[in-house]
Amino acid sequence: MSDNPSLRTPSQRIAWTATILVSTLVFIFLIAPILAIMPLSFSSGSYLTYPLPGLSLRWYDDFINSPRWMNSLKNSIIIGVASTLLSMVLGTLAALGLAQWKSRFKPLVLAFVLSPVVVPGVITAVGLYFFFAPIGLTGSYLGLILAHTALATPFVVITVGATLQSFDTNLARAAASLGASPLYAFRRVILPLIMPGLASGALFAFATSFDEVVIVLFMAGPEQRTLPREMFSGIRENISPTITAAAVILTTVSVILLATMEGLRRRNERLKGSNA
Amino acid sequence: MTDALLSGANASTEVPLKRRLRRAERTRQVKALALVLPLLVFLLFTFAGPIAGMLWRSIDDREVRQVLPQTVAALAGWDGKDLPDEKAYAALASDILAARASGTMAIAAKRLNYALNGFRTILTSTARNLKAVPEPGTARETLGKINPAWRERATWTTIKDASGPVTGFYLLAALDLVRDVDGAIVAAAPDQAIYRNVFIRTFIISLGVTALCLILGFPVAYLLATLPPGWSNLLMIFVLLPFWTSLLVRTCAWIVLLQSKGVVNDSLHWLGIIDEPLRLIYNRFGVCVAMTHVLLPFMILPLYSSMKAISPAYMRAAASLGAPPVTAFLRIYLPQTLPGIGAGSLLVFILALGYYITPALVGGAADQMISYFIALYTTETANWGLASALGAVLLLATVLLAVVYGKLVQGQQVTGGMKN
Repeated sequence: MSDNPSLRTPSQRIAWTATILVSTLVFIFLIAPILAIMPLSFSSGSYLTYPLPGLSLRWYDDFINSPRWMNSLKNSIIIGVASTLLSMVLGTLAALGLAQWKSRFKPLVLAFVLSPVVVPGVITAVGLYFFFAPIGLTGSYLGLILAHTALATPFVVITVGATLQSFDTNLARAAASLGASPLYAFRRVILPLIMPGLASGALFAFATSFDEVVIVLFMAGPEQRTLPREMFSGIRENISPTITAAAVILTTVSVILLATMEGLRRRNERLKGSNA
Repeated sequence: MTDALLSGANASTEVPLKRRLRRAERTRQVKALALVLPLLVFLLFTFAGPIAGMLWRSIDDREVRQVLPQTVAALAGWDGKDLPDEKAYAALASDILAARASGTMAIAAKRLNYALNGFRTILTSTARNLKAVPEPGTARETLGKINPAWRERATWTTIKDASGPVTGFYLLAALDLVRDVDGAIVAAAPDQAIYRNVFIRTFIISLGVTALCLILGFPVAYLLATLPPGWSNLLMIFVLLPFWTSLLVRTCAWIVLLQSKGVVNDSLHWLGIIDEPLRLIYNRFGVCVAMTHVLLPFMILPLYSSMKAISPAYMRAAASLGAPPVTAFLRIYLPQTLPGIGAGSLLVFILALGYYITPALVGGAADQMISYFIALYTTETANWGLASALGAVLLLATVLLAVVYGKLVQGQQVTGGMKN
C-alpha cells in the first residue's frame, strides 16, 4: 500500500498515513453495522445483545413459519419482478427513442423522465395516494407495481442510454440494408449489444422496488405489505430477532445483486479492453 | 423548406435528394418520439399527474362553498368592514339547516376550524339549537342569541376567507403566516407557528449530514482514486455493499448498535469509559449518524469519479516547480475536485431534505423532518390541504436544487469532454 509514487517528504507520508487511517475508520463505520446485525439472527436468545447466549436457527424458523413474513417476501418478489419487467420495456423504448431524437426540448424531456429519482418519496407517495384512491388503485398490487415502475424506469433509461452512447448506429443501418426487418434487426443486432446496460438497469430497477417503503407505507393494504414494510412496523413496535433474520435475507439479496452488477461491469471492461 | 426552394434554381438535381433526406430524417424523428411517448404517458399517469394533483390540493378550497352555498353567495359583496347584513344571517341559517339535514356540516366545520380554532363548536352548537328558519328580519338576532360568536366580525371573515374556490390559506400556513381580520398577511400565533422551525430543522439536519458526508467521504474517495486499481476495486466493496443494502436493514442495524443495551454502549461500558449507558438513539445524534451512513456512498462515488479524472502529472508538475505539498494540494488538487464536491454535496443535500423513514425510526419527536409532517397530515389527521402545501414547499426547494445540480453535472461533462 505504500508504493504511492508521490510520497517523497515526511509530511506527505504523514498525510498519506492519515488518509489510510481515516479511510479505514470510515470503512469500519460503513460496514460494521451491517456485519453486526447478522450474527444476532443466529442467536438462541430473544434479546438483541452480545454476547450471544447460544446459536440456533429459531428466528429463521420463525420467519419461514410466519404467514405474515412469508407473505411479505412473496409480495416483494411479485411487485419487484413485475415493475422491473414493465420498467425494462418502457425504459428501453424511451432510451432508444431519446438516442435518436434531436430537439432543443430533449434536455427538458430527459429531466422529466429522470425526475422520479430526485423528488422526495413522501411527495410522490402523497400525490399517488390522492390520485389512486378514487380510482381504486390503493390497496392493490397494480397500484404498487405502477408506482414502483415510475421510480425504477429512470435507472433503465440511464443505463441503456449509456450503452447506446457507444453504440454504432451504422450496425442497425447495415442490418436494414441487408434486408432485416426493424424487429429482426432489434432482436438480433441491437438487443445483444445493449444487453449489459439492460441487465444493470434491470438490477437497479429491482433493487429500487425491493427496497422501496414510503409508497408502500401509504398505498399498500394489509394484503400487499412488502418485506421492508413489514420490517418498518417491526422496528416501530418492538425489534424481535425475526427482524434480524429478515435483514439477513434482504442483505443476501443485495449481495447477489451487487455481485451480478460487478460481474457485468468487469465483463464489460474486459470486452472494451479486447476491442482496443 | 424555403432554403431548398430558393437554392433550387441552380441546383435542380440536388433538391429532390435533399428533400428526400429531410423527409426521411423527419420520419426518423417522429419514430424516435413515438418510442419515448409510452414512458411519457405512463409518467403522466403515475408521477406528474399525481404531483400536479397534490399541488392543486394545496390551493383547492371548495368545502365551505359546497356546504354553505347561500352564505358564500351572500358574503360575496360584503366588504368585511362591519358585520354582514341580515341577508347573510338568513342565508347562513338556511344553509345550516340544510347541512344538518344532509349531514355535511362536519366537512365545513373541519375546514373552518383550521382557520379559527373553536369554529367547529360554534357551528355544531348553532346547528343543535337552531330549531327552524328564523322569521324574516330576525336571523341576526336569533343566531347571535344562540352563539355570540356570530356577533363578531372575525367569525364572518373566516367564512369569507374560506369561500374558495382557491385559497392561499394552506400555503401561508405552511410558512407560519395567516390573514388577520382585515385580510393583511401577518405572522401566525406562536403556538401554531411550527412549520418554519420544522423547515429550519430539516435544513440544519441536511446541512449537517452533508458536511459529515463530505468530511468522511473526501479521504476515502482520495484513497480509492489514488490506490492501484486492484486495491481500489477491492475496497470499493466497502462503499458499494452499504449502497446496495436495504435502507431498513441499515436503520435497523443502527438501532441494534446504538440502543441503551446495544453494542456501542456495552463496549464503552466494558472499556470502563462510561458507567451509565449513553443515550445514542431516538435523538438528533442517532438521526445524523444513521443518515450519514445511508448517504455517504452518494458522496464518495461522485467525488471518486472526479478525483479519478485528475491526472497525477499536475501534482508532480506543482512539486517540480517548488510548491510545498500543502500548497500543491490546496492550489492544484482541491480546485479540480470542486465540481465533484459540489455534485456530491448537492446530491446528498437533496436526498437528505426529503428523508422520512430514517428520522421516523431513529429520531425523537424533536428530530422529525418536514416529510414526517407531510405524512402525518395525509394519513393521520387528513388535513390534506396543509400536507399538500408543505409538500409544495419541499418540492420547490428540491426542484431548484436539482436544477443547480443538473447545470453542475452538465458543465462537468462538457469540461470532461474537452480534456479528452
